[in-house]
Amino acid sequence: MRRRDFINIAAVSFAGMGAVAVVVPLIDQMNPSADVLALASTEVDLSAIQPGQAIKTTFRSQPLFVRHLTPKEIAEADKVDVATLRDPQTLEERTVDGKKQWLITMGVCTHLGCVPLGAGEGENRGEYGGYFCPCHGSSYDTAARIRKGPAPKNLEVPEFKFTSDTAILVG
Amino acid sequence: MSFPWAEHYTPKHPVMQWMDEKLPLPRLVYNAVGAGYPVPRNLNYFWNFGVLAGLALMIQIVTGVIMAMHYGANDLVAFATVEQTMRDVNSGWLMRYAHANGASFFFIVVYLHIFRGLFYGSYKAPREMVWLLGLVIFLLMMATAFMGYVLPWGQMSYWGAKVITGLFGAIPVVGEPIQTWLLGGFAPGNASLNRFFSLHFLLPFVIAGVIILHIWALHIPGSSNPTGVEVKGPQDTVPFHPYYTAKDGFGAGVFLILFSIMLFYAPNYLGHPDNYIEANPLSTPAHIVPEWYFWPFYAILRAFTVDFFFVPAKLLGVLAMFASILLLFFLPWLDNSPVRSGNYRPTFKKFFWILVADVLILGYCGGAPAEEPYVMISQVAAAYYFAHFLIVLPLIARFEKPLPLPGSITESVLNRYNIKGEEDALPGMGADPQPSTAG
Repeated sequence: MRRRDFINIAAVSFAGMGAVAVVVPLIDQMNPSADVLALASTEVDLSAIQPGQAIKTTFRSQPLFVRHLTPKEIAEADKVDVATLRDPQTLEERTVDGKKQWLITMGVCTHLGCVPLGAGEGENRGEYGGYFCPCHGSSYDTAARIRKGPAPKNLEVPEFKFTSDTAILVG
Repeated sequence: MSFPWAEHYTPKHPVMQWMDEKLPLPRLVYNAVGAGYPVPRNLNYFWNFGVLAGLALMIQIVTGVIMAMHYGANDLVAFATVEQTMRDVNSGWLMRYAHANGASFFFIVVYLHIFRGLFYGSYKAPREMVWLLGLVIFLLMMATAFMGYVLPWGQMSYWGAKVITGLFGAIPVVGEPIQTWLLGGFAPGNASLNRFFSLHFLLPFVIAGVIILHIWALHIPGSSNPTGVEVKGPQDTVPFHPYYTAKDGFGAGVFLILFSIMLFYAPNYLGHPDNYIEANPLSTPAHIVPEWYFWPFYAILRAFTVDFFFVPAKLLGVLAMFASILLLFFLPWLDNSPVRSGNYRPTFKKFFWILVADVLILGYCGGAPAEEPYVMISQVAAAYYFAHFLIVLPLIARFEKPLPLPGSITESVLNRYNIKGEEDALPGMGADPQPSTAG
């Protein structure tokens, strides 16, 4: 290799690395900013939610359903043969160990993203007693699993953990 | 470049001579869209739509720049500033309605322009590059239109943005990070609105740049024509100016009359009432649909309802939707019949109209709710769409017996009007059968 070629390759490679180094921040600036990330987790106080009640709050600007299941609703969910489900999951798999009565799901229908009914007082909970999407008639059961209608998946369970017996941190 | 018999630019006025030495811009215009550009003499009105698309882009840029003067790209005020433009800004309602309906008219003329190209084989050699650049413009237009529709920050804006960026979320592994990156958050928000505004302002100028390349590539072989027979001599062409400036001017008049009827008598006909409700992340409109010009593609997206092996239905739909456009980039090599014009291809002609009907059916289903029978119809129509390009066109090219082509453009014109003998009298016939590519 000639000295000239070496200098040429070295110079172009170095400039190329510089170009890549410039592109990284140009792309990265489009990722969520610090203030958006600061709101990326949500704390929910469960102490006031009575069995049979549910609340609608937001997590990452999307609706979040927090529901306190009654023993009857838990029994109904456990009774179902999982193998017959479209998206087979047990209630245990969808809740935290020992706290089966707390069903935390996104309020976003897995069909086309509508907000299902059932979390508010007196709203239609559909024929399986969970949630009902008014857009295209998807019915979810008391474990928020899809039972009827066009939605392909169960309502999504976000990542969350109990910070005390009556509070959770989502995200 | 031009044909060797093109008229030469010779400035007479001393100022124009001075200008021509310093910056030959008038010469460029003269040779591109003036008397110095010879065009086939037999172009019909379907050849108006390129110029009309350019006119539509100009309307969008002018009204868009004005809209931006009154718009606040912030999720707290965006909806209010658009309403303020409508109610308080002098002629603001006119600018916004012209911009919103202008987008629809832009797509109408571009779709006619594309189908003109499909029927007359304008995508075939030597004009493949013209076709490819046209598709790039089409993709840029779709991106621009989508981002523009988000800006008023109404319910359809918000949920449309959510559904469309959600398409990227269907890609395995990298999908969700890409969606978050596109939105600058976990759902559409202020960050998304701002970047969409920035890009919506930028892209029309990128489109204008690609249009220059599109015209440049077109002017190397020159325009095709309804016979698909290439220009053979000076008797086959007329100068662009005044012949086609006049014809395009007439077309522009018709276009502007139709545009005005829509603009002044039915400005919201193509819009959605839901978009006059401010964006609300906690309440979904009952029926989310994109603008009409995306309906055929939306129908293909929703046609996939069953998982295939390990590929989820949603991902299949997304891939099919993108494939339906990318497929068109291969069209010049899928249809390799040497005959360009559909007028001389009896079998091709029938299937062309089936394709037109197919795309209209897809469009209708894309605007309809996602329920039967529309899902089933979309599935059949989407299957035909792909079969048309991948199976039908290559087979036709192979087995079809085309009708005899006219010997030249002039011959076809004279035969149409039963004029005999004029051709022999025309000077220069046969002197230069192939256009020179020099210069």
